[in-house]
Amino acid sequence: MTSLPTTMTSASQTEVAGGHHYTTTGLDNRKVAIWAFIGSECMLFMSLISTYLIYKGRSLAGPYPHEYWCRATKVTAAAPIQGCPAGELFNPILNIPVTSASTFVLLMSSLAMVLAHNAVVNRHVPKRTTGERIIGSSKLWLATTALFGLIFLMCQAYEFTSFVHEGLTIRTNLFGSSFFTLTGFHGAHVTAGVLWLLSLLAIDVKRGLLPEDALNVDLAALYWHFVDVVWIVIFTLVYLIQ
Amino acid sequence: MATTAAAPVYAPTQPKEHTGLWSWLATTDHKRIGILYLYSSLGFFLWGGLEAGIIRLQLARPNGTLVSAELYNQLFTMHGTNMVFLAIMPLSAAFFNFLIPLQIGARDVAFPRLNAFSYWVFILGGIFITLPILFGAAPNGGWFGYAPLTTRQYSPGINIDFWVLGLQILGVSTLAAGFNFITTIINMRAPGMHLMRMPLFTWNSFVTQFLVVLAFPVITIALFFLQFDRFFGTNFYTTAAGADPLLWQHLFWIFGHPEVYILILPAFGLISDVIPTFSRKPIFGYPVMVYATILIGFLGFGVWAHHMFAVGMGPIADSLFALTTMLIAIPTGVKIFNWISTMWGGAIRFTTAMMFATGLVAMFTIGGISGVSHSSPPADLQQTDTYYIVAHFHYVLFGGSLMGLFAGIYYYFPKMFGRLMDERLGKWHFWLNFIGGNLTFFPMHFSGLLGMPRRIYQYDAGQGYEPFNMASTIGYGFLFVSMLFFIYNFFVSRKRGTPAGNDPWGGGTLEWSIPSPPPDYNFAELPTVTSRYPLWDLKSPRLTADVPHSKAGDTEVKVDVGGKEVANSEVAATDRSRMPAESPMHMERGYRTAKELGIPMPTPTLKPLVTAVGLTIMVSGLLFTHLENKAPFFTIVLTGAAIMVGSLYAWLTTPLEEEH
Repeated sequence: MTSLPTTMTSASQTEVAGGHHYTTTGLDNRKVAIWAFIGSECMLFMSLISTYLIYKGRSLAGPYPHEYWCRATKVTAAAPIQGCPAGELFNPILNIPVTSASTFVLLMSSLAMVLAHNAVVNRHVPKRTTGERIIGSSKLWLATTALFGLIFLMCQAYEFTSFVHEGLTIRTNLFGSSFFTLTGFHGAHVTAGVLWLLSLLAIDVKRGLLPEDALNVDLAALYWHFVDVVWIVIFTLVYLIQ
Repeated sequence: MATTAAAPVYAPTQPKEHTGLWSWLATTDHKRIGILYLYSSLGFFLWGGLEAGIIRLQLARPNGTLVSAELYNQLFTMHGTNMVFLAIMPLSAAFFNFLIPLQIGARDVAFPRLNAFSYWVFILGGIFITLPILFGAAPNGGWFGYAPLTTRQYSPGINIDFWVLGLQILGVSTLAAGFNFITTIINMRAPGMHLMRMPLFTWNSFVTQFLVVLAFPVITIALFFLQFDRFFGTNFYTTAAGADPLLWQHLFWIFGHPEVYILILPAFGLISDVIPTFSRKPIFGYPVMVYATILIGFLGFGVWAHHMFAVGMGPIADSLFALTTMLIAIPTGVKIFNWISTMWGGAIRFTTAMMFATGLVAMFTIGGISGVSHSSPPADLQQTDTYYIVAHFHYVLFGGSLMGLFAGIYYYFPKMFGRLMDERLGKWHFWLNFIGGNLTFFPMHFSGLLGMPRRIYQYDAGQGYEPFNMASTIGYGFLFVSMLFFIYNFFVSRKRGTPAGNDPWGGGTLEWSIPSPPPDYNFAELPTVTSRYPLWDLKSPRLTADVPHSKAGDTEVKVDVGGKEVANSEVAATDRSRMPAESPMHMERGYRTAKELGIPMPTPTLKPLVTAVGLTIMVSGLLFTHLENKAPFFTIVLTGAAIMVGSLYAWLTTPLEEEH
């Protein structure tokens, strides 16, 4: 029986170069986990977006996202309603120009995120020109990404406040409930992302992010891009399609 | 032949520093967390069983007066919630934790501290949702919590608040575990452990975790809507504001049907490992078993509306969901036939584990067939909300999931605790359980078809329900006694059972190659795997001749797997004469510690526990949202959040292992 196949020989190469633990795919565990997490988040936003779409046009009272509404006469119309008593006419709630601008800022933050990751990966590449030094500054790009995220959040805060002033709260109607919940969940994700970016920036300022830390930036970047993509879907479905 | 793998039979001892309360609170060892899950879920299982007992006593005779209608509502709600979220799911989680790393040849899960966090969140959430019944304030809207019934307007009390918040807490635990196990299975497999060589328990768990991470976000959102409606006055389920009364039902069942497979697949996985071992044959049609599992996972997301045939979705939706529901019977049927084919011609040993496994095959088949019977909308309209449905899902959950999990407990108890459970008591447990289960649940088919409705605390005499209800209640008595046998067996065997050795059953998978209980590092050297049954290759190569191997020449040993030849001469450790309890064990050898072997181990830490406590405090503060005085709300929520964030910060800035 000595000719039996040796099926359980030892694997002494349990540690691979660089001190990292052996993994089956060669990827870091955190990289695999963040993809699983993003998959799960897709279902979270899918539930929110589906609910928004199911309830679209089903609110029994205004204000409405894209139409004018007269409270006194319960009339809904695409154009301003004639003969509605003063103070009873509600404009379409959604402010597309402002949100288009904030959407653009959020999209640009993804570009800054890519540059931040790139700068960390290429930390040791010598920089000769001012342009190369700017492109290679991870602090600059991390700060830019976080700042753009903050601008987006400030636009959202402005948007929410003005909607409340115009008479739409989370309790007003189905549109209010589903709109504030959907965009609020997205805003909470952006907030978490900004905090994540700021903590990376803090590490970068304190000791400098090195190419070995690229994975940490990569994880934040994957999350940030995902949150960005979700916003593109929300912006299209909620704001652009009437 | 077995000498090539002869390892000393270690007595189940643990080094000193591994005992005491502190070591359990601070543990990050997947095996200890698995054991924590095992004890907790068995505790919740007994609690849920007692609730069922009160229900059965109340219904034993017409117009029972043991409990009030209100308490009855709380009892059936908590019985369902308890059994689904606090008994069967965490009992499966006990096996995920204990087994997955051992089966794939890993030293721990991918994120050991996150794993501890999952457990602590689970136990705190479980206590949060269970305790209110002692004060008569338990959730009372059914385990499915249909809105608008559960909105503030129709359920003004605090009961539903406990349910909503408790499920949110438990969801955090389940999701965190889901990400952890997906990563573990994808990324922590030993060299050579290809996907198509993974033990079927690991495969079933893998698919289950995908169901978890894709289905739980949906219930999370549905619960958030309900929470917002109840606390902040939103309109998601307010029909007066134009809300769709079916929104909750759709969201709940998009989660709820995959949840059904989350409950059954781990049990399927366990018996897919138990049956080959006790038949001394590789599993029949391994690839088909894998594909069937994946197919069940996929189809599980496409059948949710068969829970809603009675709400009037229209003929097209009804027909579509009837078809997908019937389709899902195909991969499930494939599994049943593959288990039978595995047993066919094998050298079967009817140990308790094997009896429970065959019990699953039989009972689940009955439950599956009654399930197919209500995949047809016209039939379902007669059956829905009657005891026929109760009979169906108890056959699949009690007869299916639970029998599989008991098979797993008897099979893996020696690996967990180093000692065998008593087979004689185990057989008493099995037979009482089997008779009791059928006596309790089979008559419900008849009372259901006679029209007896679910969730009703009394029924009038003279409708033909009496004999069936009395039979069910007597059956419960059998189940009660069977559990006494189990509990006694469990605790006595834990102390005085026959020492098990590495491989008491002659198993073929990696977990049987290491001592029982395994040392904290599991594998002193990570194994290299070349086939599905590495241990059989080593000990009984004739068994695996037909299994694909990666090395040329491995398959040359010919054997008739269907014939008598497979009866192996290897003596099972269950043969007590070979291994008397008094025989000298290799006490003096003990384990070599991880430090001696130079294996880096995670540092024990309380941070996951503290983070979980913070989370629970924060969520429980939400109970006070709608009070006039907002001080308790803000105080509790902010305190909890501060604890959670502070502990999380400390956790994330501390490395997993000491510097080495």
